Amino acid sequence: MSKNIKSITNPKVHLDVLTPAEVQKIHDATLNIIENVGVRFPSIRSLDIWEANGATVDRESMIVKAKPHLIEAALKKAPPKYNLCARDPQQDLPLDGNHVFVGTDGCGVEIIDIHTGERRTSCLQDVGEVARVADAMEEVGFHWVALSAQDTPVETRGLHEIKAIWENSTKHLQTESIYNEHEARVAIEMAALIAGGKEALRKRPVLSLMQCTAPPLGHDGGSLDAALLAAEAGIPTGFMTMSAALTTGPATMAGVLAVGNAEVISATALLQLAFPGTPVFYAAAQTASDLRNGAYTGGGPEDFLFGAATNVLADFYDIPLSMGSFATGAKEPNWQAGIENSLSTFMACVSMSDMLLGLGFLHGSRIWSYAQMMMDAEIFSIVHKTMQGIVVDDETLALDTIAAVGPGGNFLSQKHTLKHMRDVFLPQFMDRRPYNVWEEKKDDARDWALAKARNILATHQPDPLDAKLSAELAKMIVAEEK
Amino acid sequence: MSAELFKKMAQSIIDGDSDVSVELANQAVAANIDPIQAITEGFVVGVNTVGEAFANGDAFLPELVMAGEAMKAAVTALEPEMAKRGTQRKMLGKVVLATVEGDIHEIGKSLVGTMLSASGFQVFDMGVDVATTKIIAKVKEVDADIVAMSALLTTTMVKQKEVIDVLDKEGLRRKVKVMVGGAPVTRDWVQRIEADGYSEDAIGAVNVAKQLMGI
Repeated sequence: MSKNIKSITNPKVHLDVLTPAEVQKIHDATLNIIENVGVRFPSIRSLDIWEANGATVDRESMIVKAKPHLIEAALKKAPPKYNLCARDPQQDLPLDGNHVFVGTDGCGVEIIDIHTGERRTSCLQDVGEVARVADAMEEVGFHWVALSAQDTPVETRGLHEIKAIWENSTKHLQTESIYNEHEARVAIEMAALIAGGKEALRKRPVLSLMQCTAPPLGHDGGSLDAALLAAEAGIPTGFMTMSAALTTGPATMAGVLAVGNAEVISATALLQLAFPGTPVFYAAAQTASDLRNGAYTGGGPEDFLFGAATNVLADFYDIPLSMGSFATGAKEPNWQAGIENSLSTFMACVSMSDMLLGLGFLHGSRIWSYAQMMMDAEIFSIVHKTMQGIVVDDETLALDTIAAVGPGGNFLSQKHTLKHMRDVFLPQFMDRRPYNVWEEKKDDARDWALAKARNILATHQPDPLDAKLSAELAKMIVAEEK
Repeated sequence: MSAELFKKMAQSIIDGDSDVSVELANQAVAANIDPIQAITEGFVVGVNTVGEAFANGDAFLPELVMAGEAMKAAVTALEPEMAKRGTQRKMLGKVVLATVEGDIHEIGKSLVGTMLSASGFQVFDMGVDVATTKIIAKVKEVDADIVAMSALLTTTMVKQKEVIDVLDKEGLRRKVKVMVGGAPVTRDWVQRIEADGYSEDAIGAVNVAKQLMGI
């Protein structure tokens, strides 16, 4: 299997979703919110840091209000570029503003079983198997914890999950399912073991941490404490807002951006105040709640616009972005899934979001589908090709070849054609067969995608994690369970 | 003149205007109108109108929530008068509502609370991160018909089972119906912990609660 990782780079397609003046206005509104409304930080350690840096802290409500200059000065300390490192250094991911990488999505609770097709509760074995399939796919740059290992103890579940992923893949791991101090501490020790020590981990962070905010304008205490530990260890850490228009955010998109931005940049500033220069990223998956039932939608024009707009904000702060795309609300891989995942991914790519989350889910990141995973990867490949745009030069204008063929000929037998035919996109899962061929089995993308996943799962052997390391990791988890 | 007032009451709910609904409730008290009559012939008419419009797809969730809140505010304003007269509004059932321990996710739980109380349930909303012991104590204190629990994390979801186990241990399980909700809650989970019902959204939760009460 290929060790190559596909990423979008040097794009030729651009879109202006926000003007610089509009970004400034959102930024100003955000600072106004942080200064006058405040953000809740229910963590003693966080409140102490804020207080020591001159913010106004209400210990009772745990709401922090900070002056604009405090936030702005803190954000300036964040490194604009760094690498997400992999167990295999060839698979390191430069977060430099000129690459878009895709991860697997997370963290779901059910899976369409790859063998039986039945929907069932997810378990630890699924975590490892998804990682193994993802390891083989060039479209996957890094892992999230795709599924919750619900057959492991609640207290150490997040640790079992990251161990399973490291054992099944050499790619970078970003966990979104560790959100308390005690698991974060062990996870960092586990990562240090893999990297070869604490200092080595700082240089080569094989793990990054993603925490969710608690919109509107709040954080979870466990998440904050976990993030501070990670930041202290030099592990890239990000806060994700999932602010949703109508429910956890205003009905208007600009308002949702401002509320979510206040959550993300206040927490990011906190990490920089505590550990200046520690690698951080912006993370977001804003949406609009459904007008009728308030549900998380996982798609729709608002999501698409948030996808494009958020990297403009992250660029304004000069930090990498991890952006929610894909993650359709559809119950099956169908028309809705195709539209939502294509447009959300295109819009997030067109502004060059550094990390995209992610492949593989149905029903708003709840139900894992291997078929959807493969089709999502193809969506990324289509967007990847589209973003390369149209190259216009003497070679691509092909004047000599056009003259050689002349009026009425064809280009199939031209050397120029042979040379460039592989530039033409070749889909894996689109049906371009004659009608009568289709009629024989009436099979389609879903069948082929599932077959591909089954084949990878049956055949792909990732570079194994040293058995000694694996045993050490297991020991660390057991120690935590006692 | 009370017919005119009742019409205005219904309209205040349709408009989702708590200020106006409270003002009208106070007017009713001043005019010596029976608060129960004000509720059933005035405010409830508005709730039903919005409910029907919602069911037909003509009204949206924010309108439903604002109507619910205007209703709640009006009833609260009428409560002292009801107490004075020794009358009580007939409720569909008593629901103890909470997001379980270790979980701070609020919105789904609160939405369920608003919908239930707008539909005529008496809701005791205990907030978020509520310990099992506190939930059990509240169930006993108010003699609850239903316990409704929310969890957004797979790691806190287990607390829903804990509450059910304690209800069982204390001999309360037969008396109290259990509803659960939250993004990771699935039918499989509901069956495993032997809860009585679940819904993926707040509107559905009202139907589940009604079913559990045999309505």
